[in-house]
Amino acid sequence: MHLCQRCVFVFRCGRISAAVQQSTRILHQRSHDTRSTAAMLQPSHKQLPVHNLSQKYNRETWRPCGMHLRALSSSVQNNSSHLTQKKDENHCVTYDSSDLHQESSQASLSNTHNIGLDAGVRPSPFQEICEEEAVRIQVPSALPPVSFTLRPYVDKSETLSKLVQLGVELWKLEQRPNVGSMLVKLDFHADVAPRLLFLKDLGVEEPKLGSLLTKNPFILTESLENLEARVAYLRSKKFSAQSVAAMVSKAPYLLNFSVKRLDNRLGFFQQQLGLSSEKTQNLVIRLPKLLCGSLEPVKENLKVCELEFGFRENEIRHIVTTVPKVLLANKRKLTEIFDFVHNTMGIPHSLIAKFPQVLNAKFLRIRERHLFLEYLSRAQYQPSQPSYISLDRLVFLPDEIFCSDVALASLEDFEQFQKTL
Amino acid sequence: MSIQAVRLFRKLDGLFAVYKPQGVHWKLVRDTVESHLLKELNSCPPPPPRLTVQFQLLSSGENRSSTDLTLSPSMVPSLADHPQVTGPQFHKVHVGIGQRLDAFSSGVLVLGLGKANGLLEHLCKAHVTRDYTLEGEFGKATDNFCHTGRVIEKTTYDHVTQDKLERVLAMIQGTNQKALIMYSQVDLQTQEAYELALKGLLYPHGKSPPILTGLRCIHFNPPHFTLEVQCLNETQKYLRKLIHEVGLELRTSAVCSGVRRTRDGPFTVENALTRQQWTTDNIIQAIANFRSTTRKIRKSGIYRQTAAQSNTSIQEQKSKGHDDAQNFSCDTMVDRESDETRDEERTKF
Repeated sequence: MHLCQRCVFVFRCGRISAAVQQSTRILHQRSHDTRSTAAMLQPSHKQLPVHNLSQKYNRETWRPCGMHLRALSSSVQNNSSHLTQKKDENHCVTYDSSDLHQESSQASLSNTHNIGLDAGVRPSPFQEICEEEAVRIQVPSALPPVSFTLRPYVDKSETLSKLVQLGVELWKLEQRPNVGSMLVKLDFHADVAPRLLFLKDLGVEEPKLGSLLTKNPFILTESLENLEARVAYLRSKKFSAQSVAAMVSKAPYLLNFSVKRLDNRLGFFQQQLGLSSEKTQNLVIRLPKLLCGSLEPVKENLKVCELEFGFRENEIRHIVTTVPKVLLANKRKLTEIFDFVHNTMGIPHSLIAKFPQVLNAKFLRIRERHLFLEYLSRAQYQPSQPSYISLDRLVFLPDEIFCSDVALASLEDFEQFQKTL
Repeated sequence: MSIQAVRLFRKLDGLFAVYKPQGVHWKLVRDTVESHLLKELNSCPPPPPRLTVQFQLLSSGENRSSTDLTLSPSMVPSLADHPQVTGPQFHKVHVGIGQRLDAFSSGVLVLGLGKANGLLEHLCKAHVTRDYTLEGEFGKATDNFCHTGRVIEKTTYDHVTQDKLERVLAMIQGTNQKALIMYSQVDLQTQEAYELALKGLLYPHGKSPPILTGLRCIHFNPPHFTLEVQCLNETQKYLRKLIHEVGLELRTSAVCSGVRRTRDGPFTVENALTRQQWTTDNIIQAIANFRSTTRKIRKSGIYRQTAAQSNTSIQEQKSKGHDDAQNFSCDTMVDRESDETRDEERTKF
């Protein structure tokens, strides 16, 4: 924290009581804002997200320290009336309209002019001053008004430091446009804390809160009524409390979607796949991202499975319930894998439907392992015949175990073979 | 940045070879290697945070049990240096790439780290030869010369025998030899030129089209056949077109079903790293293995600049041929190397 010489002197004198000491410190920071921002307002950088700092909260009243601050607050006019009172919060980020800029700049310019031109009148630092004068001291803030990162504000802002303690990765959030400014604007006790308590009541574990907020900081600006309504809707659809918490942890944007949209999605999956409500629930609990994204890629993937690959209805149902990721997979990659498995490896539809994990695996892995087995003439995928290798063993086992158990060769041989492909 | 991270970063300096799998874009290979290196570098512990003075309201002293709060200073680690606020220590590692391979081909791909990135240009410009294994299939022709392309025509190939194929390959090799002599700008009537040609040290000057210095058939099993090619200044598309032309010469048609680079200059396939070996430890080991070849490339690069200034064509040929000498996998390689080192020493002084 930055204290000028006068304030240090003032504190040492011990003339001001403890209650006012706190207010003076806050005042300091307020006055820092007031002076510095107007003088140093710059046009923000176009490409990088910039966190703007401008003066605000000058008309506020401070609950524990009543009268002293009102005297100060008259210096700059402020338009925003919705601002609530803050204790430690001293940062405010707005994309101000130009007139506010001019207003504030004019006001503080006059202040600067006063101080500059009345140099002779300025008292010496060693002169003792009364309390009211001490309180009215305006010190420029050390905080930059415009910054590309949140680093200068983290120590001073209660919201940001609490978020860091929770485990939120601020460096990822500050790269997204406008998110950094939004976070700095938030008040911890009014905005952030109620929502964190709400998430805790929901059942989201504390270690996961950090990653949740990193992926979806906008949960802090969503209104609590909306969030509660959506949770109530999910509970009404017979999702248990733990499953709702798990879904929210896995898909952080879930609660930002309206009830209508969630309803639409759930209805689509139930109708299209022809699953019972319980199975749809299990599907959605396993992959809650299905409720968040658009439905067009899912429809396309289902069409591809039906028409291009030629799977039957019940086979598609089994595949989707076993490996839900197939619905969100890349169409081109899915086609590539299926083409190789069905045409080159010669595996029929029924066997692929029995082991749908194959469709989720990496294509290069399947290709290299299959060609290795073929080279060793051990590529036997028919269950009826001896030394049968099931598809999930082909795909899931790590390299060493695959080489030793399935291919019955050494890892070096496999690497040598890979270099001949 | 912490000391451990910086030490690890300093070790990542040199050239190494990687085996690119088929069907993968070379950029993906480069990005994967870079992300593995970054993961390792960022897993090093971050530097300790700065301590700043903060005035906090603490209860004054242990003697007084009163709730008298006074502002007292204390050294607190600054949150601005917290890794969640600063982000990872390393955002980028410069991984350079040598002669590129297109997505259809597989094989040796040279990557460079740190200061060796500048050497990659030397390697490309030094007209090093490269070894390829081409797999072809008689009987059809496609639009992009690959077996996955759209089929344009289908032909019979029963009349094709191995000796016919060998004859066609010999003819192609002959035309390429003539092209090599022409582009090396050497008068074959002179004694020195004759000696160079004997040793196989002829070299194209400046820009030249792709030239095959060696071509033979390894495997012939109609319709499939495999060719081994040593070439200069080539692209993979040219090699696929070569297969198509071989088919045309044999009065049938052929498509290429595989292009595999087995050697890129001094980097062979034995020391190339497979996909599972793209980790930091293996890469550092590979860099150490290739350290001597890297040094030789650097030396030849510097020597070429001084030789160009002195302006003798034979000297230049010899200096470039020094690179080539190591690259030819011939029986007389040992003799050639010893000759060349002697020549180099002579021409240095």
